[in-house]
Amino acid sequence: MNVVIMGCGRVGAQLATMLDAEGHKVTVLDVDPYSFRRLPSSFGGTALVGDGTDQEALVKAGIEAAAAFVAVTQGDNRNVMAAQIAKHIYDVPKVLCRIYDPLRKDLYGGLGLETISPTTVFAQMLKERLAA
Amino acid sequence: MYIIVVGGGKVGYYLSKALVSEDHEVLVIEKDPGKCGRINEELGSICMRGDGCEATTLTEAGTGRADMLIAVTDEDEDNLVSCQVAKHKFNVPRTIARINNPKNEAIFKRLGIDVTVSSTNLILEHIEQEVPTHPLMHLLTLGGGDMEIVEVRVPPASAAVGRRIGELPLPDGSILSLVIRKGEKPQMATPDTIIEAGDQLIAVTKPELEEALRAALTGV
Repeated sequence: MNVVIMGCGRVGAQLATMLDAEGHKVTVLDVDPYSFRRLPSSFGGTALVGDGTDQEALVKAGIEAAAAFVAVTQGDNRNVMAAQIAKHIYDVPKVLCRIYDPLRKDLYGGLGLETISPTTVFAQMLKERLAA
Repeated sequence: MYIIVVGGGKVGYYLSKALVSEDHEVLVIEKDPGKCGRINEELGSICMRGDGCEATTLTEAGTGRADMLIAVTDEDEDNLVSCQVAKHKFNVPRTIARINNPKNEAIFKRLGIDVTVSSTNLILEHIEQEVPTHPLMHLLTLGGGDMEIVEVRVPPASAAVGRRIGELPLPDGSILSLVIRKGEKPQMATPDTIIEAGDQLIAVTKPELEEALRAALTGV
């Protein structure tokens, strides 16, 4: 499966590493080349400097042939914009988008984006651990 | 009208000032306390501090009764999200987004923003008009970029000089509408109009045919 990951932070890099190890064709996009230090030397995918809200960068990253797109930069709005471009302009079959702000997450969830809010998920996990 | 302006930078400041002077009810939403304070001092207390992409801020701002939301920050993605939240959560009838990267114009349209204003393109167009040697100038973009009105100056060496408009190899999808000649009133272009050197021709064209149109009118 061809996967494009936007944002090579801790989450992006780890996801890229895991998918690469499973034999998927992974391309990671980040505006900061220094972020690629998080990828292990064994990483067999592609690391590209570029902005995932820019169509040229997305095409370079192979968005047209991608089976999945994951937006995990630090900016909620950047993730939302890139995910919508992937879904509505390039018809990527599976698009996942991280949105920290739970309210914005609900809104875009309602608009058909598959969204995950780490804020809600993690708070819930902490609460469950506290109760256990 | 009740108009919400997101972003209190230079564009937001002058826009709000103009809207206030036209007696609209205006609220500016700006993150930066310094900019917010300056607007409140100079334009009256119309600026609220907050993030114009957040539903809580927009609820507080009474977005539900707003007639229009205009997002003019210098980050395209923030403008997009502000407008989408306003439209889909608060049913604001009209949303306008400023675009800094001209490439985003088509995307914003596709994602449901009513009107986009590309500041970069506007500046480019204005500078283009001031550069006298440029044979083709953009005057206006219509229908969200599907059509445009351009002006072409016919150089003396052009093969079109002395020929009827009807016999020019103009691309399908562009038409000449007006001929402006020095010292004369502008006249409607007809198939029988004969092109002269120095004519300013106003044409309606699809953007992708611009180059073919220019070649037909200025080519040697």
